[in-house]
Formats: sequence, C-alpha cells, structure tokens
Amino acid sequence: MTANGYLQLVLYLIVLLGLAGPLGLYMARVYRGEVLAWLRPLENNLFRLCGIQADEDMHWTRYAYAMLAFNLLGFLAVYGLQRLQVWLPLNPDGMGPITPDSAFNTAVSFITNSNWQDYGGETTMSYLTQMLGLSVQNFLSAASGMATLVALMRGFSRREASSVGNFWVDMVRSTLYILLPLSLILSLLLVSQGVVQTFSAHATAQLLQPVEYEVVKHGLDGRPLQDVKGQPVMVKVATRVQAIAVGPVASQIAIKQLGSNGGGFFNVNSAHPFENPTPLSNFLEMLAILLIPAALCFTFGSLVGDPRQGHALLAAMTLIFIGLLAVCVWAEQSGNPLFDRLGLATQASSLQAGGNMEGKETRFGIVNSALWATATTAASNGSVNAMHDSFTPLGGLVPMWLMQLGEVVYGGVGSGLYGMIIFALVGVFIAGLMIGRTPEYLGKKIGAFEMKMAAVAILMPPLLALVGTAFAVVLDAGRAGIANPGAHGFSEILYAYSSAGNNNGSAFAGLSANTPFYNASLGLVMLLARYWLAIPVLAIAGSLAAKKIVPASNGTLPTHTPLFVFLLIATVIVVGALTFLPALALGPVVEQLQLLGLK
Amino acid sequence: MLKELKPALLLLLALTVLTGLLYPLLVTGLAQGLLPIQANGSLIEQNGKTVGSSLIGQPFSDPKYFWSRPSSTSPQPYNAASSSGSNLGPTNPALADALKARIATLKTADQGNREPIPVDLVTASASGLDPEISPAAAEYQVARIALVRGLEVATLRELVARYTQGRQLGVLGEARINVLELNLALDRQEKR
Repeated sequence: MTANGYLQLVLYLIVLLGLAGPLGLYMARVYRGEVLAWLRPLENNLFRLCGIQADEDMHWTRYAYAMLAFNLLGFLAVYGLQRLQVWLPLNPDGMGPITPDSAFNTAVSFITNSNWQDYGGETTMSYLTQMLGLSVQNFLSAASGMATLVALMRGFSRREASSVGNFWVDMVRSTLYILLPLSLILSLLLVSQGVVQTFSAHATAQLLQPVEYEVVKHGLDGRPLQDVKGQPVMVKVATRVQAIAVGPVASQIAIKQLGSNGGGFFNVNSAHPFENPTPLSNFLEMLAILLIPAALCFTFGSLVGDPRQGHALLAAMTLIFIGLLAVCVWAEQSGNPLFDRLGLATQASSLQAGGNMEGKETRFGIVNSALWATATTAASNGSVNAMHDSFTPLGGLVPMWLMQLGEVVYGGVGSGLYGMIIFALVGVFIAGLMIGRTPEYLGKKIGAFEMKMAAVAILMPPLLALVGTAFAVVLDAGRAGIANPGAHGFSEILYAYSSAGNNNGSAFAGLSANTPFYNASLGLVMLLARYWLAIPVLAIAGSLAAKKIVPASNGTLPTHTPLFVFLLIATVIVVGALTFLPALALGPVVEQLQLLGLK
Repeated sequence: MLKELKPALLLLLALTVLTGLLYPLLVTGLAQGLLPIQANGSLIEQNGKTVGSSLIGQPFSDPKYFWSRPSSTSPQPYNAASSSGSNLGPTNPALADALKARIATLKTADQGNREPIPVDLVTASASGLDPEISPAAAEYQVARIALVRGLEVATLRELVARYTQGRQLGVLGEARINVLELNLALDRQEKR
C-alpha cells in the first residue's frame, strides 16, 4: 500500500471522530428537549395535528406498541406504492407493478432499516415509489432505531420510574432536528460533485463509437427461438444510442447514507457514478455512514451523566474497526494470484491502484473500496461502492464477519449502540461472575430479567443467519440462486442471511435473490432480527427505569477503563467467533486456501 | 392499545409529506437553480447534440480510441439504463476465461507491446459504467493509438497528461483519466 493509502485512512478516522463529538452533544440537547426556540411552534403544530400528547410518558410496552404500529403502517404504505406505481404519477419511464413477493421483501427491508435490495432501482421503481416509499422509510426506520436507543438511555438515567419517554416525540425530534438538516446539507454537497437530482425521464446520448452486441432472437409468437441443441438463437444488433437513467437521486442518497439504510437508487448502489461521482463524494458518503452511530456514543455519555461511559464504548468499537479494516485493505491490495499469473501489472503506485480491481471503480481504487466495505458492514448500512462478491476471500470475510458480530461496531443509527450496550451488560455479567459480585452497569443492578432479555437479543441474529443459511443450502430453491461455483457459492448464501439477520442489506450480489423463496425467507429473517432485538431492548429499558441507582462502591467494576474496553471487545469477538467459525471455515476460509493453491 | 393507531397514521402521513415530498422538492429546486449541469447528469453537448455524460463511460473497441474498462452490463456494455458488476468470485473459472480473452484482444490490437497490462484495463468495474481508467492504463495504450493515428507519441502523452485528474484535493481517491473526454479531444485534434 502507498503512503497516500495510509494517509486517506487516517484522515477518515480523524474527521469522523472529530465531527462525532459536537454532533453527539447536539443530539443530547435534542433528546433533552432543548431544541431551538423558533422551531417549537412547528413541532407543537405537528403534535396537535396528529393528536399527540407530547408531555405523556409511556410505559415500555406502550412505547414498543407505538413503534410497531408505526412501522406496520409504513410497511403497508411501501407495499402499496410498489404494487400500484403503474397507475400513480411521477413514473416517466413507465415502471410496471412489482411482484407481491418482491414488494413484501422490499417493504420489510426498508421498515427494518436493512435495505436489502432484490431489485435494480433504475429498472423497476418509479420516482414516486423511491421518494414516498423508500426515502420516507429511510428517515423513519432510522428515527425508530434512534427512539429505541433513547428509551434505553432513559432506562439508565431515570430512577424508580414507570415510563421510558414518548415514542412520537422521540421520533419527530430525531427526524426534524437531526436527520432532515443533515440530509439537506449532504444532498446539496453531493449534487455539487455530480449526483443527479431531477424529475426528468432518462437522458439520451449519441455514442462516439456505435456498440455491437448480441441479443436473444424472438419468434413471431414473442417467445425466444432455440436452435436444435436447445440453445437460444442469438442475433447481432448495433446501436448508437445510450439511454442514461437519472432521477431524484441526491435527496435519497443523503439519507440512505446518514440513516444507515443503504438502499441505492441504482442497481449498483454507490458504485454508480450518478450516486457517487468523485473521491470527495465518496469521502462524504463514507463519513455519513458512521457519523451518527459514532456520535450517539457521545449522546449516551451525556444523557447518562458520565461522558467517559460513551468514550469507552466508542473506543471498543473503533479498535475492532481498525483491526478489521487493516485486514480488508491488505487482502484487497494483495489481490488475486490469478492476475499475477496472467502477467498483469498489479503493483500500487501513483499511476494505478493495482490489487484486486475486479468489481471496483477507478476513482476509488483499492483503499477507498476496502474502507467503504468495512464501514458499511460495521454500521448496518449495507450500501456498497464496490462489488463484495468479487472481493478476495479474506477481503470478503471482513464485511461478512462484521455483520455477524451483531452490527455493534458503530452499528446502525440507534440499533448499533443499543446492541453494544447489550454486549456491555453481558460483559459486566461475566465479570461479575468472575469476581463474585452482583453485576451493575451505570449504577443499575443487572438482574435475571435483564440477562434473559440480553440473551434473547444476542442469540437471535446468529440463529437466524445460520438456520436460514442451512435451509437455503439444502433446498433446491436456495441453491438455484447461486452464481459462483464451489465454496464461494456457499459464501453467497451465508452472506445473504448474515446480512438479513443483522439488518445490514449489503450482498454478495451474484446471488439471484429475487425469487419467492429468497424474498419470503429473507423478509422473515429481517423482521425477526429487527423486532426480536428492539422489543427486548425496550423491556430492559423499562425494567432498568424502575430500579434505584446504587451508588458506586469499592466493589463496583468501573466501566470506563481500558480494562473494561478490553473485556467488551473480548465479549463481542468471542461470541461472534465461536458462533460463526464453522460456517466461515466452509466458505471464505476454504476459498482462501484454494486461491493460495493457484500460485 | 388501538388508540396508538390514530397518531401512528397521522404522523406517518405528515412525515411522508415532509420527508417524501417537501424535502426532495426543495433539494430539486435548489439543485436545479444553483447547480443545473450537475443535477441533470453532467451531459456533454457537441454541435447541439448530447454526446454523453462526463460521469458515464462509453464502450470503445476501435484501436484508434482509448478503450474503457470492461463492462458487465447487459445486453450491451455500458448500458446506463441498467448498471451491473460482474459479481464473479476470485476463484470462478469464468473470471480467468474472461481475463484471458480480454488480454488476447488487447495484445492482438497492439502486437509490438511487451509491457505488462495494468490490472484495471482488463477487470470489470463495479458499476459497469466506470467513466475512467488509470494513468497506467492510458499509458499502455498510447503507442497503439499513436501508430493507428500517425501521431507523435510525445504529442499523445501530452494530451493524456492534460486530461489526467490527480487525487482530489491532493489526497482523496486515485489519479484517473476520463476516457470519453480524452477520445473527444483526440477526434478534435485530428480535425485540426
């Protein structure tokens, strides 16, 4: 790797952590209700319009019910828009209705903040569906995650209380004061770099050199013709015209990155030059992936009244992130031995990126593709700027394993930090067993109920990922989707269920997942992964809020020290490693050995 | 508990109008007003015709042009209405076959060239629409184009250097050359 490569990585981390602090403290003010005075009337009118009693505090069950009701209605809206788009306005390229199984999958995917995409945006979705359906859920699923986290924080900060806050208020404030202003700024910055923002139909250009290609010949009955061997008959055609898909892209991409959503406007997501045209747009979009999740650590420290607690969680996340980032960059820069055997020039220099450039863009090269892949799976973002399916086996193992760790290394907005806090509870529990004391976290005694809920939250995603993979590899319908032969084909399926089981949404995209089997099974996995985590988290919030705060004593395990950071990292890694090592051995590990055999 | 349904429905409607209509309309208005060229796709006009976008690549196979990176879109390469990568895994034999075929095509068009081929020139891009190649990939093609067009190698190198974009802000991304813009400049040079 070149010196510039290291510089880009360091620069990214410095800017990220530098911006996370101020934003985190701003968000803490928002959730304390100290919002700008001149925005108050807007908020109050919105509450009155919607019949919301803003000063009404909710018990955790009511808070959970409100979230579920809100997300269910969101599901119905996204499903309906996809099915009916052909009769609705803002459809200049005439997109037809989406099939029921695909519409179900996409609707689930967007309300659960996964943004798994079984469709190619520019060939299936109308502008109206992208805006009113997908963009809206980009905001609302992110805000739902943030609201759940805020409820958990109140569980720690309140004493002997029966309520955890008002879901509607948390929801509205997350959207109005955090997500919307940040998205507005980012979308305009992206347009300045060349991201498109228009309601026109596709543009048409005259190619400099006409292109010749082959298409399947159709008979008079409209069916593809076959030769005597049963192969389709191909016919040569030439064209001078290039149709260029456009749309209201920038507004959607901004929130897709900021809200850890990841659902692209175009099929290839942020690898598309209209979604991510320059190295600067790439830097801003990568920053947006981790910005709010990292900043929420500062919000947490501020709201529980001890900033060091937030710093400890952020340190644990950052250390895991740096370690895995190094592996990914190294693997992709080392490249594919096949390329060297064919005599290609693969050395990185100021004149070329070198390494494994299959499925990567020239402007991003190796360093920015590997950094993005690590960031997007550390957060539950799932957007891509390179094709993970074409990564080297170890380079692809990193994003897969980051998802399997439970999306807690920064993680999704809200969901990442509440996942990490659950791991912290398990960490203090294990430490409590070792030193023979009742486990406490932030002055709250951790009892049997909290541990049961934490166990449910931690065990559900691996269970979904592994059981889903197991079903898909034994069923014909599952194996039919595989694109690459051998161990890599298994990796494609394992990646898909790890992605859905942790609400990430990125893919080894060779897998043909737009089939009733994958749409139904992955949709179900995404639903369970989201709510089977969020509801236990709210239960913990409610239970903790009802407890007293125990003053710290000599016997209390401090949870802001390097020792605790180490304990937390060990808990995350051990759970992730033990659960997934056998499955990873069958996929990326075997493939890496095969690749070395190529030398 | 049914009473939560009313605020849920009303809030969903209100926030849908705000984030799904007003927000994209505001961004569109500002973008079209302040940055119309970028907002509409950075299209390149020449003699009153749209000849492409400076952000979207085009396929080239004529030896007199610089070639873009391989594209995996279908049915034709550089189909900007349906972006796609190859998604070939690193051990897939189809990847090796594709690379061998591309290497053979490059060598056939440029028989005297003994230099190793830069990896980006024979690997498919992520989007299938990559508008750019590395400076190394451009340099590899200079001799061929100079021969076909009867131009001095030095003249051509100068043109390539003029169209080379360094790392953005001196740090970010990789150095690169926009293939369509370079080829348009080549044709203009020929006419003079």
